[in-house]
Amino acid sequence: MPMPFDETSTFADYAHPGRLVSTEWLAASLDSDRHGALVVVESDEDVLLYETGHIPGAVKVDWHTDLNDPVVRDYVGPERFAEVLGERGIGRDTTVVIYGDKSNWWAAYALWVFTLFGHPDVRLLDGGRAKWVAEGRPMTREVPTSAPVDYPIVQRHDAPIRAFKDDVLAHLGRPLVDVRSPGEFSGELLHMPDYPQEGALRGGHIPGARSVPWARAAAEDGTFRSRAELEAIYLTEQGLSPSDEVVAYCRIGERSSHTWFVLTHLLGFEHVRNYDGSWTEWGNSVGVPVEVGSP
Amino acid sequence: MSVLDAGAALPEGLAAIAQDFTSLPTRERLTLLLEFSDELPELPERYQGHPELLEQVEECQSPVFLAVEVEGADGSVAAADRQVRLFFQAPAESPTTRGFAGILHAGLDGLTVGEVLAVPDDAPFRFGLKEAVSPLRLRGMVAMLARIKRRTRAGAAGQLGGG
Repeated sequence: MPMPFDETSTFADYAHPGRLVSTEWLAASLDSDRHGALVVVESDEDVLLYETGHIPGAVKVDWHTDLNDPVVRDYVGPERFAEVLGERGIGRDTTVVIYGDKSNWWAAYALWVFTLFGHPDVRLLDGGRAKWVAEGRPMTREVPTSAPVDYPIVQRHDAPIRAFKDDVLAHLGRPLVDVRSPGEFSGELLHMPDYPQEGALRGGHIPGARSVPWARAAAEDGTFRSRAELEAIYLTEQGLSPSDEVVAYCRIGERSSHTWFVLTHLLGFEHVRNYDGSWTEWGNSVGVPVEVGSP
Repeated sequence: MSVLDAGAALPEGLAAIAQDFTSLPTRERLTLLLEFSDELPELPERYQGHPELLEQVEECQSPVFLAVEVEGADGSVAAADRQVRLFFQAPAESPTTRGFAGILHAGLDGLTVGEVLAVPDDAPFRFGLKEAVSPLRLRGMVAMLARIKRRTRAGAAGQLGGG
C-alpha cells in the first residue's frame, strides 16, 4: 500500500508531483507510519556520512558498494538488487524516499538505478540532507534494525532510460545535454573542478551537446526550481521539447541523474536516457568524435 | 608485481591500526573509520584563519588541507631524527576524508623524518578499507600520504618556512 502523495502546492505544477516529497511531509509521515509502508534511504557521495548522523529510521544505500557491480563497470544484477533492498526492509510495494548530500546527486542516481529495476514508488526528498539539517530536524546515529523482506527478482530494464556508448553514437544529431561545468564542456578541464582524480585522456564534449550545468535546476537551498523556471531553461532557452529524445551525461552519470529526474519527472519528457558511461568513458574511448570550445 | 605485494613494514603505530581494522568484519571497519573521523584533532590556533599556511590535498573530493612541521630544523638534530608534526583540516560533511586524515595523524604524528619517509606508499591499502569504501575513494588517502612525505622531505631539508 503506497503512502499518500505530498500535496504541497508547489509540487502540483510538476509533471509527476508524486515523485517529490517535502521535509515537512517526511517528518509528518515518519510520525504516522506505523506499518512500514515507507522506507527512507540515504544515498551519499561520502560513504561515511550516514554513520555521522541520519534521519531517524533511515537506511543507507551506497552508490558504489551497494549499487555498482564489484567487478564489471555496470550496475548490480537482479539477485543482488533484491538482496540490497530486501535486507533493508524494502518490498516491491514499499514507498521509498531517497535523500542525500550534494544537492541529491547520489539520491537522484540511486532513484534512477531503482527505476532501472522498475521499483514502482520511489521519491526524492526535495532539498536533500542539507535542507533537513538546516531546518534543525532530528538526526541520529542509531542504525535501525530492519526486518528483512522478500524483494522479488526483477530483471533490469535498461533500454528506456539508460544509454550506452553505441546508443549515443547512433543518437548524434539529436538532443544531448551535457550537465558538467563550463570548463569541462569546453575541454579546458579534464575533470570536475575539485574532483581531479577521475581523469579522461581527451577534454571537450560530445558533438552537438548543449551545455546546461545540472545546478541550474537547483535553487540555493538545494530544492528544485519551479516548473516555470525550469521551462525557461530547458524549453525556451535550450529549445527542447517534451517529446524529444534526449540523452544526458556528465562524468559518471550522477549529476546527469539529477537532470534526468528534472526532465523526466518535473517537466514530463518521455524519452530521456542517462548515459552513465559519460565523460569517463567517452573521453577515454578510441576514435569517438569530440568537440571542443565554449557553448 | 601488484602494490599489495610490496614488503616494507608499516611503522608500529600504523601497523597496530591496520591490525585493528583488518581484524574487524568489513561492515564494522566503517564504524572504526568513523571513530578516527570523530577524533581528528582541531587545527591549532596558529593555523586557524591562515589557509596560506596549509596545503590542499587536491586529489580528494572534499576540501582537505594539511600542514607538516619538522622540529629541530636548527641543525641540533640529525635530519632523519627530527620529529614530524601533522595537522589536518577537513569538514564534518566529509567524514571519510576526515577518517583517512585521522588514521594518518594517529599513526604518523610524532614520528621521526626517517620513519615517515620509510612508510610504504601502499600503506592506505593495508587497512582492509578497499571493500568498505571502494578503491576509488582510497586514492584520497594515497594522495595525502604522498603529500605528507613530500612536505616532510622538504621540511627536513629546511625548505619550509616557520619550522
